[in-house]
Amino acid sequence: MFEPASTRSAIRILSVPLALAAALAAAPAQAKTFVYCSEGSPENFTPALNTTGTSFDAARPVYDKLTQFTRGSTQVEPGLAESWTVSPDAKVFTFKLRKGVKFHSGVGGFRPTRDFDADDVLFSFERQWKADHPYAKISGGKYDYFADMGLKDDVLSIEKVDPLTVRITLKKPNVTMLANLAMDFASIHSAEYADSLSKQNKKEQFDQIPVGTGPFSFVAYQKDAVIRFKANPAYWGPASERALVDDLVYAITPDPTARYSKLKAGECHFVIAPRPADLPEMQKDATLQVINKPGLNIAYWAFNNQKPPFDKKEVRQAFSMAIDKAAIIRDVYLGAGQAAKNLIPPTLWSYNDTVKDYPFDAAKAKELLAKAGVKTPLEIDLWYMPVQRPYNPNAKRIAEMMQADLAKIGVNAKLVTYEWGEYRKRMQQGEHITGMLGWTGDNGDPDNFFFLHGCEAARPGGQNLSKWCNKEFDSRLEKARTLADVKERTKLYQEMQQIEKDDAPDFKIAHSVVYEVMRKEVGGYKQSPFGSHQFNGVDLK
Amino acid sequence: MLRYLLRRLALTIPTFFALMFVTFVAIRLVPGDPVEVRVGERGISAERLAMFRHELGLDQPVWKQFADYVGQLLHGDFGTSLATNQKVLVEFAALFPATIELSLAGMLFAVLLGIPAGTIAAARRGSIYDQTLMGLSVTGYSMPIFWWGLLLIMFVAERWGLTPVSGRIDLIKYYFEPVTGFMVVDAWLSGQAGAVKDALHHLVLPAVVLGTIPLAVIARMTRSAMLEVLNEDYVRTARAKGLPAWRVVGLHALRNALIPVVTIIGLQVGTLMAGAVLTETIFSWPGVGKWLIESIGRRDYPALQGGVMLISSIVIGVNLLVDLTYGLINPRIRHG
Amino acid sequence: MAEQSPLRAFWAAFRENRGAFAGFVVVLFIVLVAIGADFIAPHSPTEQFREAVRAAPMWAEGGSSRFVLGTDSLGRDMLSRLIHGARISLFIGLAVMGVSFIIGVALGLACVSFQGTLGNAVDVAITRLMDLIMAVPSLVLAILVVAVLGPSLTNTIIAVTVVYLPRYVRLVRASALTELGKDYVIAARVAGVGPWRLMFTTVLPNCLSPLIVQAALGVSDAILEAAALGFLGLGAQPPTAEWGTMLADAREFIRSNPWLVTLPGLAILVTVVSINLMGDGLRDALDPKMRRS
Repeated sequence: MFEPASTRSAIRILSVPLALAAALAAAPAQAKTFVYCSEGSPENFTPALNTTGTSFDAARPVYDKLTQFTRGSTQVEPGLAESWTVSPDAKVFTFKLRKGVKFHSGVGGFRPTRDFDADDVLFSFERQWKADHPYAKISGGKYDYFADMGLKDDVLSIEKVDPLTVRITLKKPNVTMLANLAMDFASIHSAEYADSLSKQNKKEQFDQIPVGTGPFSFVAYQKDAVIRFKANPAYWGPASERALVDDLVYAITPDPTARYSKLKAGECHFVIAPRPADLPEMQKDATLQVINKPGLNIAYWAFNNQKPPFDKKEVRQAFSMAIDKAAIIRDVYLGAGQAAKNLIPPTLWSYNDTVKDYPFDAAKAKELLAKAGVKTPLEIDLWYMPVQRPYNPNAKRIAEMMQADLAKIGVNAKLVTYEWGEYRKRMQQGEHITGMLGWTGDNGDPDNFFFLHGCEAARPGGQNLSKWCNKEFDSRLEKARTLADVKERTKLYQEMQQIEKDDAPDFKIAHSVVYEVMRKEVGGYKQSPFGSHQFNGVDLK
Repeated sequence: MLRYLLRRLALTIPTFFALMFVTFVAIRLVPGDPVEVRVGERGISAERLAMFRHELGLDQPVWKQFADYVGQLLHGDFGTSLATNQKVLVEFAALFPATIELSLAGMLFAVLLGIPAGTIAAARRGSIYDQTLMGLSVTGYSMPIFWWGLLLIMFVAERWGLTPVSGRIDLIKYYFEPVTGFMVVDAWLSGQAGAVKDALHHLVLPAVVLGTIPLAVIARMTRSAMLEVLNEDYVRTARAKGLPAWRVVGLHALRNALIPVVTIIGLQVGTLMAGAVLTETIFSWPGVGKWLIESIGRRDYPALQGGVMLISSIVIGVNLLVDLTYGLINPRIRHG
Repeated sequence: MAEQSPLRAFWAAFRENRGAFAGFVVVLFIVLVAIGADFIAPHSPTEQFREAVRAAPMWAEGGSSRFVLGTDSLGRDMLSRLIHGARISLFIGLAVMGVSFIIGVALGLACVSFQGTLGNAVDVAITRLMDLIMAVPSLVLAILVVAVLGPSLTNTIIAVTVVYLPRYVRLVRASALTELGKDYVIAARVAGVGPWRLMFTTVLPNCLSPLIVQAALGVSDAILEAAALGFLGLGAQPPTAEWGTMLADAREFIRSNPWLVTLPGLAILVTVVSINLMGDGLRDALDPKMRRS
């Protein structure tokens, strides 16, 4: 029904005796099964084709990348590439690949005959890059992140120097490439698996039954219900990063209340996205542990700097003082948010804590407005998103609260919204006077946030929704991209945050705080600042 | 009889065409672009957007899209889901057994409880039992089942711990390959100890919620039909002849009362499908109802079109079957 | 013994049925509450009391008499919202019933009004369309309509009307067909009575009893369907105090503040049950032939 015919019949033929054998072997009683109650179904198992956290989480157990983020942080460490060198002009990256890494055997009827090498790296990237690649059009052929992270436009070449060395050459210097390669879309697939499926004319299976080098190997997916993995005994990583349980199960449970109930009943060991209203009860429960981290995101209210009266700095500053941020965090984020003063969240390196946020002072705001020559009552529009985003649980409620606050300083805000795609497009065109949006970080590099306020992005259709162009800010932005030294980049980014605060192109609302809940018996889990979830190195006591 | 059958069949064909047309038009009218809706804050460049829309055939004139759609349908191709790039028919087939299992369980619950309850109420008409039953029945089909489901979860599953909260089987204890897609059957086939019991255990609450309205309707209908029949002359004759009550009621009366009841059961299929949407959402039951709702949110045109077509076709098919059964049972039509 | 007028006979029969009478009393109460909502409700249904968010009902710990039934997640008084919700639900029910009644009767009569091939074509077209609507499960169809038109109170009414239309059409058509075959109608036709006059003065009044019952029961069905749409987030949008929408908001708090879930659901249940009881009573009283008990 949901697997190609031959695999299906093979599994059917084998399943009954296998199941009986398994039952007789009495092994299940000892096997450790870890159940993760996930919130949705994956689209497929090839991260290059996906953009949602749900799909990435579903594929992550079976894959590795050239570089990877240390579990629980935004630091980049060696993955399938055990070391690399960067040329002085930051354009050429040479990777030394790890020797003796084995792909999963027996998954989808495939048995590898060789270890991981440069051909696999080339396959994984060329599929996303070359339109004429044999696998380019399979399963829809949309490689969003490959294009978005600049690999499509900025990569000059990816070459195999020898079976264990790969060289990537860029057109422009960009040190963030190392962080980009640690992202999910850059997962390394097996070129041999791809070839063998190609010969059997079953290319579609490639994205449905994944084969990788990761700590877990794929067992089965029952649509909208369950994904099963089992531990990979031949995994190359250190003992602390291996699969410490025998079976990993994703129980797809979209309703947060149902997830909580299952967690309490012991039907799952780990849940994400708990309802904020349930947190107090969860925290008091001795059988559970609750952890949290600020998300790698920001929710902001952009002022269109190209439209009056927001072309005046005093006006923007006045508006920044008119909104009760604390009330929003309390009533809409229900405490699961942290007031934001900078564009980047506190978990990101180069965060400037010395920047002082604007105070909530309606009187002062009124004063500033008058001083700027603005006549009240002033009519503006206030755009809000129709959908929930990771950084904003309920934009409509926030808009309503802002509307009430603005009324107190003599501003009438009209609430406007559109369908999500439409909304985003129009805001990028700059059709709004003021509007809300936000951003979730992709690769843990500050540039990934700050580019949002660059001059290049301020063009119509660009992502600088404040349409703000500040030469001081922008020159530092460009420079930081070319410097390999973290300390120097930090200094530049800290200066940029102060410039931004002074000029107030937008009102920064909050960074959401991400909560994750698990049973007491779960050990070794590290919460990722990216909001991704991985279960290697996690054990059940 | 055959003429009746053929006539009923012929009447459904134009309905199908109309269904195809209406679903196609309606879904095209839903605001929102299937490519745009999946894009995040980053946005998408105009060229890439155009390229994707072209690949999905969305830039063709609408009449051509419709012609392609009908052509594909006649070949049994219900399209390819935009979200997962799998054939809609394949996705539907993967999820449908779960919905059938749930619906059958719900219907079984409704019939097994409803018919006896209605019969007894008719036999003891006017008694406290009868009145309580009628009261419960009215409450049953007035019930907002989304609320009823939440209440049952809150009390039965969570507070009293009598049933699991959601899902179809305990994933920690059991794993077996799906052979039929029906969890109970597959559990039995796998031969693992306690698996069937566990699957049934997970089925109880959703089945009760889904079957509540049909239960109320069937109980009521059975009672009405039985009352009519019990007043008939032939029943009084049978009683006068001294036949025991249960035989009178159970054999003679019930058989004749069943005619309208069977019709009602058939008509409940539509209610079950509608109820399945809500029940599956509340219990995270991986069936087609939940899939349809999610497809709307994703603007997954092909999945939505195909799903609505398939579900409606099944409802039409079942109604046809019911008509046939009715024709078989009802002697007037059989010999007409 | 003097002959009772049909209306008094009807009222006597209706009153005899305890369940129906109780239903009628409750419905009357709800209607009065809905009409007088602005005066009865202690607070405005949309005013947010930010300092009393998710306050407990009066009888629970932490409750106060200021908010008898507590407040919701935005600090709005539950009692006031429930009262105004009654108004909205009844409005939806009556609107749906009214519109589908009128359109349904018109279409149903249209099926039988015309002669010859035109008449045949109209009949077939309308019945096929109704079959089509009935083929798609009610909630799925309603969701589709709302998805196309956008979620709002008005569009909910439109969607639910479309879904329930076939019942009226089929009922009128079936009754009309039966009546048209009867002697008195044939006699009237022979006597030269025009088709329209025939329809409205002779045929329709005789179809009226089942139609009235269907209309009464249709109100309760419409309320349930609209609440389901509200629950799925496709109905009346917040801050409108529709019971289904309130349930959708409250789902989040099912463990922490369960009364937010129980109260609106209970309101829906009580309203629908009483309307159904009343409808049953109507059916029994109106037509002794149809009486089941």
